[in-house]
Amino acid sequence: MDADRHEITVSVNGIDYTRHIESRLLLSDFLRHDLGLAGTHVGCEHGVCGACTVLLDGQPVRSCLMLAVQAKGHEISTVEGLAGKDSAYHPLQQAMHDHHGLQCGYCTPGILMTMTAFLDENASPSEDEIREALSGNLCRCTGYQNIVDAVMTAAMRMRG
Amino acid sequence: MTLPASAMKPAPFKYIAATSLAHALALKAQHGDDAKFLAGGQSLIPAMNFRLARPAVLIDINAIEGLAGVRSHAGAVGIGPLTRYRALQRDEALTKLYPLIGEALPHIAHPQIRNRGTIGGNLSHADPASELPAIALALRGRFRVQAAKRERWVEAKDFFAGALTTDLQPDEMLVELELPSPKPRTGSCFMEIARRRGDFAIAGVAAMVTLDERDACAEVRLALCGVDETPVDASSAADGLIGQNLSEQALSEQAIREVAACLQKMIAPAGNVHATADYQRHVAGVLAERALSTACQRVQDGR
Repeated sequence: MDADRHEITVSVNGIDYTRHIESRLLLSDFLRHDLGLAGTHVGCEHGVCGACTVLLDGQPVRSCLMLAVQAKGHEISTVEGLAGKDSAYHPLQQAMHDHHGLQCGYCTPGILMTMTAFLDENASPSEDEIREALSGNLCRCTGYQNIVDAVMTAAMRMRG
Repeated sequence: MTLPASAMKPAPFKYIAATSLAHALALKAQHGDDAKFLAGGQSLIPAMNFRLARPAVLIDINAIEGLAGVRSHAGAVGIGPLTRYRALQRDEALTKLYPLIGEALPHIAHPQIRNRGTIGGNLSHADPASELPAIALALRGRFRVQAAKRERWVEAKDFFAGALTTDLQPDEMLVELELPSPKPRTGSCFMEIARRRGDFAIAGVAAMVTLDERDACAEVRLALCGVDETPVDASSAADGLIGQNLSEQALSEQAIREVAACLQKMIAPAGNVHATADYQRHVAGVLAERALSTACQRVQDGR
């Protein structure tokens, strides 16, 4: 079968990209290989680990469970877009640093994307709510406690 | 540099973004079993990433207007197939009307999956461990199924034919889940045990108890997921409770235990790496006791 190709324009972190891609290309591979945005990590590539989580129109989704062609006309946000213009960390990035919320860092981009969207919806979360929101992201280093602490701290700082 | 073809996970296919329901159904009529509808993709894409599924044609229905959303009819609620789990979770009117749905949704995978996964995709996929098929059964839902030139309704009890198999024909799409309004004086409860939060159910039980005006038990419904090839309607296990008066006290522990024992004989769990068949049957019995007790308590408390 000839490769089934489509032209798509996708907004990633506020920048429009137009590419000619094969329909079976996953969104995760499109971000990493076609756009060079390798901050989005791929772990299991079947929707279990959460490392590839990005925001689709503001909502966290698994980029390994979506075709790049499906992102046509949508807005994607990745970890590369989290820091401010002056490269200042997002409050959650700073809190993850302060609380040692990462060790190897593989799961971190997915966790940052999941939890920044969560904090936008829930500015004063309980520890239980944070753990529920984190349930779709696997981390094999931290035991999660420092991540939960970091999210609590970030929430507090963001409330001002 | 784009990813080399040899590194791409899914096998090649032709992708078509359907622009209307009629367009999608015409494409399905043309391609039949060679084509798959792509809704949320939260079961289909993993299967394609493993190449367990290799559809020749993918018909993306995500851009079709009018397929998502909840509509109230007279005496019923219709849920569009493209309605995402997350949208239902946020629909307070719906989860108040059908507490079983509100209680089951948090057990369905994780937030990222619930943002994307759809009701129609879930029911059409018919995973034996999935919660919504059992909920649809307990709520006596029916499914509106459409092909290019015909439409029919299928009762929930007739829709699920086997593991990952439904009554849907190669040219058909599930276009609506219709749930009748719950009877007044009904208490309900959904409980599930999984290895970890969001994992496939080892067993799940939906229980509904309806009282008549004299506080006698008028109807009990029990539906299970994860314990057989299809969701199981085990309501008849509770036939002995019909007519019993619940106004004075909750059902006796003995009566509830008898229901659970009867229910355990009605299921045929397959066992898996996480749980033996005997353990699944044990868990189903324990959950049935707890869910039934809770549903009884709730109807008496007026919840």
